Amino acid sequence: MTTNLVIDPVLSDQQQAQLFAEIEQGLPLVAQPYLAIAQQLNISEEQVLTTIDAWQQQGLIWRFGLVVRHRKLGYDANAMVVWNIEDSEVERVANILAQASVVTLCYQRPRVLPGWPYNLFCMIHGKSREQVLGQLADICQRHQLDKFDKNVLFSTKAYKQRGGRYSASVIKE
Amino acid sequence: MDQLDKQLINLLQKGLPVCEQPFAQVAMELGSTENIVLARLQLMLDSGLLTRFGPMFDAACWGGDFTLAAMEVPEERFEEVNQIVNSFEQIAHNYQRTHRLNMWFVIGTETAEEIFEVIENIQQKTGLTVFNMPKEHEFFVGLYLPV
Repeated sequence: MTTNLVIDPVLSDQQQAQLFAEIEQGLPLVAQPYLAIAQQLNISEEQVLTTIDAWQQQGLIWRFGLVVRHRKLGYDANAMVVWNIEDSEVERVANILAQASVVTLCYQRPRVLPGWPYNLFCMIHGKSREQVLGQLADICQRHQLDKFDKNVLFSTKAYKQRGGRYSASVIKE
Repeated sequence: MDQLDKQLINLLQKGLPVCEQPFAQVAMELGSTENIVLARLQLMLDSGLLTRFGPMFDAACWGGDFTLAAMEVPEERFEEVNQIVNSFEQIAHNYQRTHRLNMWFVIGTETAEEIFEVIENIQQKTGLTVFNMPKEHEFFVGLYLPV
């Protein structure tokens, strides 16, 4: 079999770490951003594309795209809705919430007693508090969730939107 | 923001194509050109509407760790405590929220042990209790804010 195809070697662990650190800072806004990164790291564009693609396939990166400032886009109401749900019901309710289009994140977290009885957290970003509360009421009514104890915590001020070493590109509030 | 800007924001939040000329591909999908798309995005980056193109990932897979923490801070001490908490480089987001637990922040570290060190340090410096609520199970991640 004759072929002219040259396959670049898989990146070493160290090269992968360098590549990750580089893309975490953000891709340059140029026509060939992956090439620009490859040149910086002295690897090939093909290696960059293949590696990022593999990371996505493996779920190491959930999504690779644009990071927006939600307040600047008019999403001023940011609600953390917390629920106290029996352990046996958590998964069922979490899946209902996760499927609601307005819910952006949904996590199970430990209760911290005394003082914090809630074990399921979800985020709803909306343009106003009224809109968010309306969307929440709608979900509760449609799925009979009103029987569960819950609380809505709106954010009143954002102090630090980035800074942690790993935090820059992970939106978790 | 005009129609093209909005389309760009909506499309690119769902993912940037991983190919040689991603912006050319996006331009084609939207019936525009690579140059126009790049120029529009640059304007929106400059104005602070967008922050960057980057990965969303699970830090635990990359050797780091995260937790969500909360504190009940007396109103008159809020600014002081806020400055102490934010002085730690491991603090990512920090939000004031409408609850008795009124300060909520994310701690991101390179190791799991470091989380506890940061919490301990914050408690010592503020004299307040930190509620630690690491995620146990993740059901959905897909922040998407259409415009």
